[in-house]
Amino acid sequence: MLTKRIIPCLDVKNGYVVKGIKFKNHEIVGSILDLASKYNEDGADELVFYDIGASTYDGIVSKEWVKQIAELINIPFCVAGGIKNLKDAKDILNNGADKISINSPALANPNLIQELANEFGSQCVVVGIDSRCIDNKYIVYSNTGDEKTIKNTQIETKAWIDQVQNLGAGEIVLNCMNKDGVRDGYDINQLNIMLKNCDVPLIASGGAGIEDHFKEVLSKTESSGALAASVFHKDLIKISELKDFLRKQSINIRY
Amino acid sequence: MKIGIIDCGGANLNSIYYSFKRLNIDSFISNSIDELIQMDALVLPGVGSAGKVMETLSKKNLISFIKETNKPVLGICVGMQILFDYSEEDNTECLGLIKGNVTKFDKNDVIAVPQMGWNKVECKLDDTLDGYYYFANSYFNKDSDYTVGFTSYGNQFSSIIKKDNFLGCQFHPEKSSKAGEVFLKNFINSI
Repeated sequence: MLTKRIIPCLDVKNGYVVKGIKFKNHEIVGSILDLASKYNEDGADELVFYDIGASTYDGIVSKEWVKQIAELINIPFCVAGGIKNLKDAKDILNNGADKISINSPALANPNLIQELANEFGSQCVVVGIDSRCIDNKYIVYSNTGDEKTIKNTQIETKAWIDQVQNLGAGEIVLNCMNKDGVRDGYDINQLNIMLKNCDVPLIASGGAGIEDHFKEVLSKTESSGALAASVFHKDLIKISELKDFLRKQSINIRY
Repeated sequence: MKIGIIDCGGANLNSIYYSFKRLNIDSFISNSIDELIQMDALVLPGVGSAGKVMETLSKKNLISFIKETNKPVLGICVGMQILFDYSEEDNTECLGLIKGNVTKFDKNDVIAVPQMGWNKVECKLDDTLDGYYYFANSYFNKDSDYTVGFTSYGNQFSSIIKKDNFLGCQFHPEKSSKAGEVFLKNFINSI
C-alpha cells in the first residue's frame, strides 16, 4: 500500500530559508543545504524547495541551489518558484529536480500546465494552489510571496482544481491560507471538500503545529501527504519522531 | 567501472548521475552508440512517456543496440516499461524483450493517478531488496514470466523484473533513499 508522505518545505527568500505568518513578515530560520541534508537523513519522504520571492519579483528560482541540493539528497525533490515556461522548467529539471511546481504562472497562463505535462509527463508537474475562505467560498490567490503583490483571482478553488487536472497536473499542493504559519491544525474541512473532486494526489499544506495535526489530516482526509515548514525548521517537530508517532497511530508511513 | 546512462530525451537524467556519484561510480550520459559501447553497463532512465522514449531511441538508432547487448541493463520506470511488448501510453510498440503489456491505472481501483509516493516492494529473488521505494507512475505491468518483485496499488503489479542481463524497476532507486542505494549497489555488484 502506498504510504502517506511527510514533506518538509524550504521556503527560500534571498538565499535563506524563511518563515512567514499568513504569508507575511518573513524571518530567516536557517541555511538551505543544512536543512536539506538534515531532512534527507531524518526520513523525509520528499523535499520541496520553494523560492517564495521568484514569482513576486519576476525572477526564477536559483538553478545553482537546485543543483547543490540535488547532488546532496536521495529523496524526491520538487522545485517551485517563478517557473513560467518550458525552458525554465527544463533548466530546473536538468539541474536535478524531479518535479516542478507552478502556482502564479499557471494562473496567468493555464496552458502552461498542459505544455509541461506533454513535454515532461504529468508525474513531473505539480500545481500549487493558495486558497482562502472568503464569505463561505474558497477562492484562489496569486502572487502570495509578498503582501504587496498578493491578489484575489476571483477563481473558485474547486473550479481551478478541476481545470488543472484536466490540463494534466499530476499532483496538487493545496495551501490553505487561513491556516498558514499559525500552527493550529490543517484545514480538514477545506481539504475534504476539495478532495471530493480530486483524482490526482493532493498534498495538504498550512497549519501544522504539533504531531497530532499530522495524525488528524492523514486519518480524517485522503490527502496523499502533509507538507509543513516552520515546525520542522525550528525543531518543534523532528521528522523521524513524527513518523514513529504516526506509525503507532496505525497510519501507513514509510520506515 | 563505467556506467552509461542512455539519454532518451527525458529531462532529469542528472538525478541518476548524482546517485551513482554518491556511490563513487563514474557514469556518463550519452545517446551515441560509439560511446555507449565502451561502457560496462547501461541504464535506461526513461523519464517522460513511453512514446517519446521509443521515438528518441529510434531516432538515435539505439533500438537494436539495446536489444542485442549482453551488458547488464537497468531500466528505470518508463525504462522498465519499454522492455515489454507494448504500452498503452501513446499506443506504443516497445522493445519486446519481455512478453507483456503496460496499461494505465484505473482511477476506480486506486486512490489517485499517478501513483506518487513510497510503496512496498517484495522481491522473491532477494529479500535484502524488500522495502519502501519511490514510485511516480500512471502506467504499470500487472505480471509477467520475469516479474521478481511485486507491489500493490489497487491491485498487485510488477515492480521488479529480471530476464538475462536485463533488470527493470518500476520505482526510482535514485530517489529511494537507503533502500534505493542498496538496490543500485546490487546492480553495480552484478556488473
